[in-house]
Amino acid sequence: MFAYLAKRVIQAVAVMFVISLIAFAIQGNLGDPLRELVGQSVSEEVRQQLRDEMGLNDSFVTQYLRFAGNALQGDLGTSYFFKEPALDVILKKLPATLELVFGATLIIVGFSVPLGVYTAIKPDSILSRIIMGLSIVGISIPVFLTAILMIFVFSVEYGWFPSYGRGDTVQVWGYWQTNFATADGWLHIILPSIALASIMLPLFVRLIRAEMMEVLQSEYVKYAKAKGINPWRIYFVHALKNTLLPVITVGGVQIGTMVAYTILTETVFQWPGMGFMFLEAVNRVDTPLIVAYLIVVGFIFVVTNTIVDLIYGLVNPTVNIARMGA
Amino acid sequence: MTKFVRSLAAAAVVAMAPVAYAETTVRVAYDADPVSLDPHEQLSGGTLQLSHMVFDPLVRWTKDLQFEPRLAESWEQIDETTMRFKLRSGVTFHSGNALTAKDVDWTFDRLKASDDFKAIFAPFTDVEVVDDMTFDLKTSEPYPLVLHTATYIFPMDSAYYTGTTDDGKDKGEIVKHGDSFASRNVSGTGPFVVSEREQGVRVVFDRFDGYWDADAGNVDKIVLTPIKEDPTRVAALLSGDVDFIAPVPPTDLKRVEEAEGVDLITMPGTRIITFQMNQNRVEAFKDARVRQAIDYAVNNAGIVDRIMRGFGTVGAQASPAGYLGYNEALAPRFDLEKAKALMAEAGYADGFSITMMAPNNRYVNDDKIAQAVASMLAQINIKVDLQTMPKAQYWPTFDERAADMMMIGWHADTEDSANFHQFLTACPNPDNGNGQYNSGNYCNEEADALMDAANAETDPAKRAEMLQKLEGILYDEAAFIPLHWQNLAWGSKSGMNSADIVNALNFPYFGDLVVETGS
Repeated sequence: MFAYLAKRVIQAVAVMFVISLIAFAIQGNLGDPLRELVGQSVSEEVRQQLRDEMGLNDSFVTQYLRFAGNALQGDLGTSYFFKEPALDVILKKLPATLELVFGATLIIVGFSVPLGVYTAIKPDSILSRIIMGLSIVGISIPVFLTAILMIFVFSVEYGWFPSYGRGDTVQVWGYWQTNFATADGWLHIILPSIALASIMLPLFVRLIRAEMMEVLQSEYVKYAKAKGINPWRIYFVHALKNTLLPVITVGGVQIGTMVAYTILTETVFQWPGMGFMFLEAVNRVDTPLIVAYLIVVGFIFVVTNTIVDLIYGLVNPTVNIARMGA
Repeated sequence: MTKFVRSLAAAAVVAMAPVAYAETTVRVAYDADPVSLDPHEQLSGGTLQLSHMVFDPLVRWTKDLQFEPRLAESWEQIDETTMRFKLRSGVTFHSGNALTAKDVDWTFDRLKASDDFKAIFAPFTDVEVVDDMTFDLKTSEPYPLVLHTATYIFPMDSAYYTGTTDDGKDKGEIVKHGDSFASRNVSGTGPFVVSEREQGVRVVFDRFDGYWDADAGNVDKIVLTPIKEDPTRVAALLSGDVDFIAPVPPTDLKRVEEAEGVDLITMPGTRIITFQMNQNRVEAFKDARVRQAIDYAVNNAGIVDRIMRGFGTVGAQASPAGYLGYNEALAPRFDLEKAKALMAEAGYADGFSITMMAPNNRYVNDDKIAQAVASMLAQINIKVDLQTMPKAQYWPTFDERAADMMMIGWHADTEDSANFHQFLTACPNPDNGNGQYNSGNYCNEEADALMDAANAETDPAKRAEMLQKLEGILYDEAAFIPLHWQNLAWGSKSGMNSADIVNALNFPYFGDLVVETGS
């Protein structure tokens, strides 16, 4: 177990290094940060002077080494726009994004298991066909379209939900303000969560259904049925447990992907999380923030994947994590 | 559940109403929030909007582009290079300090030190304090734009910004890309104080109790939220989540206009959208007939009509109506036959191939406009290889003059015609900064001489004549292709009288907003 973790940490460091290098390499092509910092009539001379001050005229290697040196001490640079350490900016925005991902995950878990199991047990029923049909629609419509559509139907036409932002949040701890403590907060998070879940939910319904149908054909289920065990117990205890292995694998990867989808959802809903922040940073050529974001997101990917591997061992004892480290 | 919450909220409001005095709150959504609380850090629309809320200028523009006294009560020219201003008495800053001429002097020095503002203040040499309420604004040469420039002087609280912070930094320092006292703390004389600010999320303004202009408006609180996405911003207005939005995207103009309880306010803007033809890259562009042919081939009325959906004013020159240099005689040109004839006359009947670049997220419909222009040029056998890109990549490319035709929009910081020529069409000269954005490399000594003469002429009538003549030359020579002035649009909840506070400069004067209170 320890060997495995150690190996994972080394891998993670290597991944982080590569990400930082790539992020740094592309920043030269993102545009000129000066353009967003100064007015239109500022002369070229002043611009050059500012570039010198900011170290933008140094060679790639010098800039990277300076960045890497600071990064090792936990300093990922200072955002041009927020005028704060980039890591602080991201950490402030992180809770909003995590709450949104959490809200979407609740919806996905809450709906995908019953729907997936139901469509597997009764594949020919009309309801199953409707669910499967809708899931195709859900997968096919881009998130931002779903989001804008929902805003116009539920905010503008019916006025049930607010159209943007987080609403009333309650301070929990540190930078963490939660949406889940007030009615207004709940109202604000519902539409964005549904929008974010709209891509993943159909995927999981279909995945659970396919796995479940396969498991239902297996010998032990037939044996359990023959033995006269309550069908619900067979479905939800014996069969479902074996269905979950691939679901967890996919789920782990998809949580990372979901962080990527938050960029769209947050932008449409003006959700003050780090996805929206990232898109803004790209528009403003706020390079320190862009690089820091990529590193943090890379880190989240590595961590979730490590956790998935660990959970794997718990769900399926035949997977030997200790040996994976060897 | 929603209904329940709403009735709860309604009940709470009703219950509290008799106790709390009726507070008028206006929720405003812009596409971006101000980058800093420091009014001299960046010269941008967002900064100026903030300045008009938290500070007051010496003078400001009215809706029909006249000057209106604010902190300066009166002014008179006492010699060729000196304007004497009299300050309004009884004005206090948010900190409680009284406004004096010393604050104006201090602010002027800070403006001269600001990278973004020093170009505007280059003709000015000094502010001389005469007494507490009087000061002289001096220029090195006779200068016609003294009052224009005074709209940029928002006196800052010199006592408040003097000294050092706990960590030993100068409170008055201007920092572009980092933390500074002035970027987080503010004390002005304006109608609102900043009571809460989370960058990129929300700024809350509360009415300043000690505001000098006591009958200026009745809004107690403004909550400014940036909403980047156009459809979301419109939805927020239509659903009643906010009361005022800017800008309204052209695609939603009709929707906002037709929606109940919401008003659309539009007016012609002052930003001209143009194409420049690079004479250093393309030999043919050196021939005025070819440039004229392009101007005749481009149907700018059609672009305004079809692409901008009428949300623009067709232009034939850089100066919008209301500016001194606006030349009424110049009419937009569109005549395909004439264009073809001019091409043939210049010996290019068979045309040629060029490259074209335009941004795709800087101006309204910029990429679609570029596509339209490209296809219009195909009709006179100019084959266009068009590339569009986000503004972040576009501007470095523009600086490299990387294409034969490039798009640029321009708003004159001075609200004066000479500014267009200085930056867009004057002979490029790195020494004095002329032609900094002249990617066409158009150069006409006569035009430049007219501009210099106009900038030294203080008689408005004579100046107007010179500047109009200048526009005429640029038009005759087709120095650039003017397309249109972008219109401005705001969306507002009905009953807010928002139309009274907007202006062509796009800084609604929220301090003057009078909201009709129903009760």
